[in-house]
Amino acid sequence: MPSSRTLKPAPVSVGVSIPKLEAGEKVTGRARYVDDIAVPGVLHGRTVRSTVARGRIIRVELDPAFDWRGVVIADHKDIPGENVVALIADDQPLLAADEIRHAEEPILLVAHEDAERAEAARMAVRVEVEPLPAALTVEDALARTALVHGDDNVFKEITIERGDVERGLAESDLVVEGEYRTGWQEQLYIENNGMIAERDGDGLLVRGSLQCPYYVHKALMRIFALAPDRVRVIQTVTGGGFGGKEEYPSMIGGHAALLAWKSGRPVKIVYDRLEDIAATTKRHPSVTRMRVGVMKNGRLVAVDADILMDGGAYVTLSPVVLSRGAIHAAGAYRWRDARIHARAVATHTPPNGAFRGFGAPQTLFATECHLDRIAERLGMDPLALRLANAVRIGDVTPTGQVLKESVGAVDVLTRTAAMADWTRTRERLTRENAAAAAHETRRHRRRAAAPRPGSAPAPSARRLRRGIGLSLALHGAGFTGSGEVRLASRAAISLGADGRPVILTANTEIGQGTITAFSQLVGEALGVPPSFVIVHDPDTRAVPDSGPTVASRTVMVVGGLLEQCARAMRERLELFAETPIAGADEFRRVAKRFLRERGPLKIERQYEKPPGITWDDDTYRGDAYSVFSYAGCAVEVEVDLDTGETTVLNVATAHDIGRAIHPVLAAGQVEGGTVQALGWALLEDVRWKDGRVWNHQLTNYIIPTSADTPPIHVEFVDDPYTYGPRGAKGVGELPMDTPAPAVVAAIAHATGVRADEIPVTPERLLAALAAREKS
Amino acid sequence: MRTALSTLAVARPRDLAEALVLMRDGAGRPIPIAGGTDLLVYLNAGTQKGDRFVDLRSLAELRGIRAGTDRFTVGALTTFSEIREHAALARRFPALAAAAAEVGGRQIQNRATVGGNIANASPAADSTPALLALDAIVHVRSSDGARVIALDRLFRGYRDLTMRPDELITAVELPFAPERSVQFFRKVGTRRAQSISKVVMAGVLRLGRDGRVDHVRIALGSVAPVTLRARAAEASLAGIAPSPVASYRARAALMDDIAPIDDIRSDREYRRAVSGNVLEQFLRSADPRFARG
Repeated sequence: MPSSRTLKPAPVSVGVSIPKLEAGEKVTGRARYVDDIAVPGVLHGRTVRSTVARGRIIRVELDPAFDWRGVVIADHKDIPGENVVALIADDQPLLAADEIRHAEEPILLVAHEDAERAEAARMAVRVEVEPLPAALTVEDALARTALVHGDDNVFKEITIERGDVERGLAESDLVVEGEYRTGWQEQLYIENNGMIAERDGDGLLVRGSLQCPYYVHKALMRIFALAPDRVRVIQTVTGGGFGGKEEYPSMIGGHAALLAWKSGRPVKIVYDRLEDIAATTKRHPSVTRMRVGVMKNGRLVAVDADILMDGGAYVTLSPVVLSRGAIHAAGAYRWRDARIHARAVATHTPPNGAFRGFGAPQTLFATECHLDRIAERLGMDPLALRLANAVRIGDVTPTGQVLKESVGAVDVLTRTAAMADWTRTRERLTRENAAAAAHETRRHRRRAAAPRPGSAPAPSARRLRRGIGLSLALHGAGFTGSGEVRLASRAAISLGADGRPVILTANTEIGQGTITAFSQLVGEALGVPPSFVIVHDPDTRAVPDSGPTVASRTVMVVGGLLEQCARAMRERLELFAETPIAGADEFRRVAKRFLRERGPLKIERQYEKPPGITWDDDTYRGDAYSVFSYAGCAVEVEVDLDTGETTVLNVATAHDIGRAIHPVLAAGQVEGGTVQALGWALLEDVRWKDGRVWNHQLTNYIIPTSADTPPIHVEFVDDPYTYGPRGAKGVGELPMDTPAPAVVAAIAHATGVRADEIPVTPERLLAALAAREKS
Repeated sequence: MRTALSTLAVARPRDLAEALVLMRDGAGRPIPIAGGTDLLVYLNAGTQKGDRFVDLRSLAELRGIRAGTDRFTVGALTTFSEIREHAALARRFPALAAAAAEVGGRQIQNRATVGGNIANASPAADSTPALLALDAIVHVRSSDGARVIALDRLFRGYRDLTMRPDELITAVELPFAPERSVQFFRKVGTRRAQSISKVVMAGVLRLGRDGRVDHVRIALGSVAPVTLRARAAEASLAGIAPSPVASYRARAALMDDIAPIDDIRSDREYRRAVSGNVLEQFLRSADPRFARG
């Protein structure tokens, strides 16, 4: 350890953007992702899948002309325990036995030590299926054209009620109705899904690219009927998750483990992009109908929302995605009366799953678009309408939650408007659009000077319009309702033999900077620099179950537990040393002496809900989240009237996340989430053909490139939360909520066409522009 | 990679003569590789046919841009990066330079070649509409000898060329466009980079001393099984003075030239509307009197 690092007093690091601790390994190429890990004797696994959406398996035939030597084959009959991927409901099989419920459903596994032979073996399996009629859309499912789940194809139904909506609508000056649709979205992490499994004594060791080690652990115990201590799950360096590695790794891990169990050899399954897009989970598409009662002065009175989400063929996480969507559907506004009715519907399509925002972006899209429609009907400025109705401290949400502190809705709106210079920009763009239209319609303009040979077309030859739109959102941090209490997460800090503190959690670094943020929180509480803190790999044999890395909970919930552990550890060591500890050198000296004289030291803390929080799962009443984060977003766009293409010119966004532990990483979350949301709003369109994803390759599933990414101006408003570590709230999902409705509003400002469905593809927008021209 | 690469044979000729022998004598039909940027996508998806390849990348004699007094000659293996960065070429053939700058992204442009783009015969090729509008002539060679083919005679049907399987493209010849003519290129893709076109159009237009159109070329991609010249639209403009009516008629005529379909990237109605709109944009940019009132 160089003395320059250890002799200085520990710097303050929380709130300071120190170099990201995870970055060095990645930018130098030393980080080893699952496919980089060489395992001696490994077999490469491949998955044989259904090509039809629904049917009955008649038989599976192995091509007799194929050389099957060295090929390991496994199907549902090889499963030692239960044929189930354990999650909320146990309805999804690891491998289809006789019934097919969706295209790409796994049926059979093959493995070979030569990856090319494994792929050839996959192609040499013929599955004969009797096709059955399928319900591929929520409309078909609700009409029960075919049954997927139960007798009504509804996975989950939620009703949230406050006040009397019908009375509220009747008493309002104006009732505005609308229907809004959002599409599927692929998470598109850079690293595809992949897992390695091997026998480990009389148990299993499974490593891979994943967000939630204990989810995989739980699933494997059931599949193999193994006790907890015989299953070990370790996260490898993971190239992005966005929710896409929350539940699906249990499936792949189960497949790899089944092949390993049967063959006695290590097995690696790494999906290529085609398989990953075709088979793994996507964001739930949604349809939301809104009826809102409002007074002429812009005061919102009553909201009646009816939400449908397409869950796909199995329950997976749909009930909780729906729950978050329903709770967020009223937006960051105060209502006297509210009724939110939400259903997750089963269809014969691949199950949809976790994706950054988890249902909230879908319903907030509807609410925010509807607010703009209301502003238009009232002739009111969209910012003024939002400011007049945004929640403040003491306001009550539709679940009856009183917002007690850290309510930044008004602040983020005000900051966003200031950054975008809202009023003046909007007026200027309106003026410029009118001038452009007038210029284009002037007949037989004076002949321009003869162009030089090869001169580029004059810019005026393009027919462009610009617009600006704005949105507001809130996002609950941590699990919904009693989720955190049920999780009862545990996190710990121990002392390593070298006298350095070791963080023990199951939370995963998936690109967001978990290791850096944890090290900052713990380092500062211990009085040591962040780089002195060691973060143990998420390994179920070594770390306690601190819950999944989802729901914007890592820093706020688990970081909070770690801060408590660190404080307790420091107190313990200082009592032992009978002197305050400052700096890594001193810490190490005291820690080593403690280890010599007292033995190992490990301090663990378990989640306890903040005081005054109550929730009733049956009635959906109470504190849905301990706290909400807030964001405002202004988006400026340019629309090409000849092509329907929308270019995003500028984004200004202000976020209330309590307090940023690492401002640069927090801003990175906002920038990344903003781009992902812009893709959802404008480009990303999952195309289907007979229940299968048609565009399952990057050539045709279009996400934004850097050339499509506008300048994004991010500001944080400081509004610390008492029960978050150093005042922090969640940030991971919030930036996904605001950009899409702001894009739609900006397009409406630019063109007068209000799109109620995303993505606003050029095809959709041009058709809408043409329809308006006709009418 | 779904294709079993170990089952493929790739020959690496040292010069063109050896390459032509390989193309002639190989059992079956060897597939020539230029930049390989399209090929790799198919190999990855496991959909590429054939297992024998001839890698042309080391044939230096097929690279480079030569400027003449009335034409440029561009070697078949010249990359799009080389084309977009060639200042003299960009001055003479701005439509081609613009097309080169919109092929894939920078990494693709560093590998992808003009000859490969032609031979690949994709209806969505970015460079061939510009080359068609510029009256490009393709030089091909086999072990039997060399010949030239006007580019618009090369494309017979969907990914079907009038070249023989043993012929290789060696160069593209670009005669200068008429003095005082205006060139145009517009790619309407799926996003701003790394995209495949939904509609791509290139054009050349000149007004004669009498104020009437005396030279016009319009070529499109992604609107038919091949990239093509819009002959009906061209005919409707020939000898006509700029006016909104002329523009309207050209647009109507264009609908007879194209036969777009619904596919994974877009749909027929969009492609028809955008083809017309982009044609109008071209005409407006060439002369504002074409603008609709």
